[in-house]
Amino acid sequence: MKIRALMLAAALAGLGVTAVTAADEPQAVRQQLMKKVGAATGALAGIAKGEKPYDAEIVKASLTTISETMKTFPDHFPAGSETGMETEASPKIWENMDDFKAKAAKLGSDTAAVLAQLPADQAGVGAALGGIGKDCGSCHETYRLKKN
Amino acid sequence: MGRRIRKLVSGLVFLGLVGGGAFWWLTKPAPWPAAHWEGLGEPDLANGEQVFWAGGCVSCHAKPGGEGDARLVLSGGAPLKSPFGTFHAPNISPDETAGIGAWTLAEFGNAMTRGVGRNGEHLYPSFPYASYVRMTPKDINDLWGYMKTLPKASDVAPGHELPFPYNLRLALGGWKLLFLTDTPRAAVDTADAKLARGQYLVEGPGHCGECHTPRNALGGFEASQWLAGAPNPEGEGRIPNITPGSKSIGGWSASDIASYLESGFTPEFDSVGGSMVEVQKNMAKLSAADREAISAYLKAVPAL
Ligand code: HEC
Ligand code: HEC
Ligand code: HEC
Repeated sequence: MKIRALMLAAALAGLGVTAVTAADEPQAVRQQLMKKVGAATGALAGIAKGEKPYDAEIVKASLTTISETMKTFPDHFPAGSETGMETEASPKIWENMDDFKAKAAKLGSDTAAVLAQLPADQAGVGAALGGIGKDCGSCHETYRLKKN
Repeated sequence: MGRRIRKLVSGLVFLGLVGGGAFWWLTKPAPWPAAHWEGLGEPDLANGEQVFWAGGCVSCHAKPGGEGDARLVLSGGAPLKSPFGTFHAPNISPDETAGIGAWTLAEFGNAMTRGVGRNGEHLYPSFPYASYVRMTPKDINDLWGYMKTLPKASDVAPGHELPFPYNLRLALGGWKLLFLTDTPRAAVDTADAKLARGQYLVEGPGHCGECHTPRNALGGFEASQWLAGAPNPEGEGRIPNITPGSKSIGGWSASDIASYLESGFTPEFDSVGGSMVEVQKNMAKLSAADREAISAYLKAVPAL
């Protein structure tokens, strides 16, 4: 159990082998970052739903991953990366880059705030996840477009 | 596409003007007989609130920019883009002058299920009455009771910005004649109470098809493409296929779908986006049983 938790924490922190991808196009990099955020969110949801036992280390590692990832995420939207590689980024990002960055920063700081007062049980994780989910949705609502 | 629609609608308007009498008779606003709305008794406000969330009225009618309880101020005004022009949802708060506080249950019910306005005019189907037509008189009565408990707002929404000929409400009679029906959209086993409930919620108040089903040149649903996905009316991107044939949710279990509607997270922990964010927030307010009924129905419709 302990070992699995550590491995998961390591993978989430980006130390896992899979983090080294061949593709370094900005579209691929940012999709990879979002997948990492998704995986961390999934780990929290597993605990919130009671599918996995509460584990403070996993909660901490997952929140850290989300918070750290959001610091650099908006750097991967340079001009010229609006299309290609099946990106689901909306053109609105480049029209409102400041607002887009603010939404990334809000998720980053909201998770950092949860980290500072680490949820101590399943219910606490559930409550924190509710707030985090709203931050994901408020960015995806405007800036991510499903294309198929 | 746009040009074709314009030509066809102009045709309908032409028919309306030239065909005169016959067309008018066939397409005149058709409210329910008064008895339809009588004897419904005291509204059940708790059910009315559930109907309100299932119907997603806030998505279009809420005062723009509000969060939380401010969403209950139904002052309207938000722009709704469509291929025909920009609509502004009206004020439907219980204010007696700016809103619909002075309406009767019958007037409200005929707007909701017949697309007939208070002055007997045709309403535009951007107000999804072509889905709400399936709602029971009881649910309408309960919803009406609940809506009267919401805050009044005195704002008057701007008028629609529609070019000729779409600014003519007369032509809408032709649209209704062709497309306003309360027959089921998909054949599912309605002996199964859960599926029947899911069908009611999705095809009626939930108006899921309004976004997820592609439309023909006249703005009616492609009947054979129920929930098969459609272009995004706001411009780029697509509204996904939500039948069991979808590359994405085809692989989700019914409980995956229910949990997406509740939390906004997909089984891969992607998070809901686009105009579905508002819908999901509304779905989160329904009972777990209703979310499960919706999911069961989505697993039962024909795979496209
Ligand atoms: C997709 C957007 C949308 C949704 C969802 C929606 N409406 Fe509307 N509604 C409109 C538009 C647009 C109009 C104006 C139609 C017209 O001018 O012909 C309208 C008109 C109305 C009217 C007529 C008002 C008048 O002054 O004539 C009523 C009543 C109404 N809506 C109630 C509701 C209720 C109740 C719900 C939820 C169950 C709801 N609407 C959901 C867009 C929407
Ligand atoms: C206002 C338009 C609109 C309405 C109404 C609507 N949807 Fe959606 N729906 C969308 C959009 C846009 C998406 C894509 C979401 C995204 O980009 O993440 C979506 C996505 C979905 C998905 C996930 C599909 C996938 O492949 O990720 C499901 C399930 C779904 N909708 C179910 C429903 C149900 C059930 C209803 C009715 C209660 C409904 N939708 C009503 C616009 C709508
Ligand atoms: C600041 C905006 C923003 C925030 C906040 C955000 N996302 Fe995203 N997300 C995006 C954009 C933009 C894309 C599309 C990237 C692309 O395709 O180039 C995306 C894509 C995704 C994807 C698909 C990745 C892939 O290509 O497979 C997942 C999964 C995802 N996000 C999960 C989340 C979760 C979970 C959260 C909240 C914890 C979240 N996102 C918060 C902007 C955001």
